[in-house]
Amino acid sequence: MAEASYPDELLYHPEHDWARIDDGVATLGITWFAQDALGEVVFFDPPEVGSSVSAGEAYAEVESVKAVSDVVAPLSGEIVEVNTALADAPEAINEDPYGDGWMVRVKLADPAEADALMDRDAYMGTL
Amino acid sequence: MSTPTLKRTPLFDAHVAAGAKLVAFTGWEMPVQYTEGIRAEHEAVRDRAGVFDVSHMGEVQCSGPDAEAFLQHVLSNDVARMAIGGAQYSMLCNHDGGLLDDLFTYRLAADRFLTVTNAANHDSDVAWMREQAAGHDVQVEDVAGAYAMLAVQGPRAREIVEQIADSPLPARMQAARRIILGREALVCGTGYTGEDGVELLLAPADAPAVWEELLRRGVVPCGLAARDTLRLEVCYPLYGNDLSPDRNPIEADLGWACKEDTAFIGSEAVRRAREEGTAEKLVAFKMTGPGIARQGNPVAGGGEVTSGTMSPSLGIGIGMAYVPAERATVGQDLEIDVRGKLRSAVVAAKPLYTKETDG
Repeated sequence: MAEASYPDELLYHPEHDWARIDDGVATLGITWFAQDALGEVVFFDPPEVGSSVSAGEAYAEVESVKAVSDVVAPLSGEIVEVNTALADAPEAINEDPYGDGWMVRVKLADPAEADALMDRDAYMGTL
Repeated sequence: MSTPTLKRTPLFDAHVAAGAKLVAFTGWEMPVQYTEGIRAEHEAVRDRAGVFDVSHMGEVQCSGPDAEAFLQHVLSNDVARMAIGGAQYSMLCNHDGGLLDDLFTYRLAADRFLTVTNAANHDSDVAWMREQAAGHDVQVEDVAGAYAMLAVQGPRAREIVEQIADSPLPARMQAARRIILGREALVCGTGYTGEDGVELLLAPADAPAVWEELLRRGVVPCGLAARDTLRLEVCYPLYGNDLSPDRNPIEADLGWACKEDTAFIGSEAVRRAREEGTAEKLVAFKMTGPGIARQGNPVAGGGEVTSGTMSPSLGIGIGMAYVPAERATVGQDLEIDVRGKLRSAVVAAKPLYTKETDG
């Protein structure tokens, strides 16, 4: 696992999730801190495309050798894509949590929800 | 709410120095993993050598003219067959044959034995044994405070320990006194990983120096998490997960460690279970699709997962579960309710991992 990093262009949720918003669609994943706490991820259980997620609620499970954890949605909307590559390579969540380790793309129900998320500095202040 | 004080082993400072993640485990503050992670530790033991601090485990010494007869009375295996310097695995059962603990016993002399207990059961084991000792000329001593214990495991473990020993190490399932790095040790050819190796019982004050020297020689420090994945791949049961007072040795598939003719406590119930069969049996399983079953997950059609993890050596989810006896056959398909989703698994032969086919 690489060094701790928290990209400046992302928005952060206190449950250690990030969002990258582009034209009403958010890409979601977990932060460096979350993957480090989990340890080696061995399984990602994605939601179904077309299902809806609500901000603050679990939408997927991520499993390490020793434990399983819920992944919490930072924003509400409809799942339009899941990262199917994680089925064969869940370790991408550890190795590249903001890149290849992305989890889902969500068509936002209420883009104004993003105002409640934290920027990089605010999130790092919670760690 | 008060925080209970956790006990620390003599190696606590060494764990902190090595970057361990520490967790509460049966009243002890123990390393669950170090900086490289579970997989690296697991592979070190399968391929080279790793060392575990298992000083939380307890020790009971039984000595005196009736020591053998007493242990024959409380332990499920045939203690009389153990030669001096021998080791034996056995169960401690209650009168109904329910499992109180699973134990290794070493015969140190004709009239002196050392039994290693699980940390969570140590105090109740000692109390139980003392209660059963009435009428026997035996001294049952709680000597847990007298020992630290290091498990050095892996294909290179023996060779590395031998480099700092005064003479060749005892063979598998044998125990002997040796001088390790200038310190008195009881060296036992036993372990909980399915690999060759030794367990070292040392005076607590001597343990840190031996630990440091092993690390200096390339032995990888390993935590409880890797200990669990290693033991589960070879289907060694874990008391508290797979074994409990509600289960008897026959349903736990430990009949091989029970010799009912010795008339040990619980032997009548064990004999009956062996003859009549049990409603459920402890089986090993492999996941055949996505998902990893965990302890407590129900098995469709009856039964429950008692241990489950991702196998680093096999790359699939594995575990053990009690299932109805008629479904406890290798090749039987199972469906396991993993947090509300039915996941596919199949009953598999024990051990799940063997060197010959996978190493």
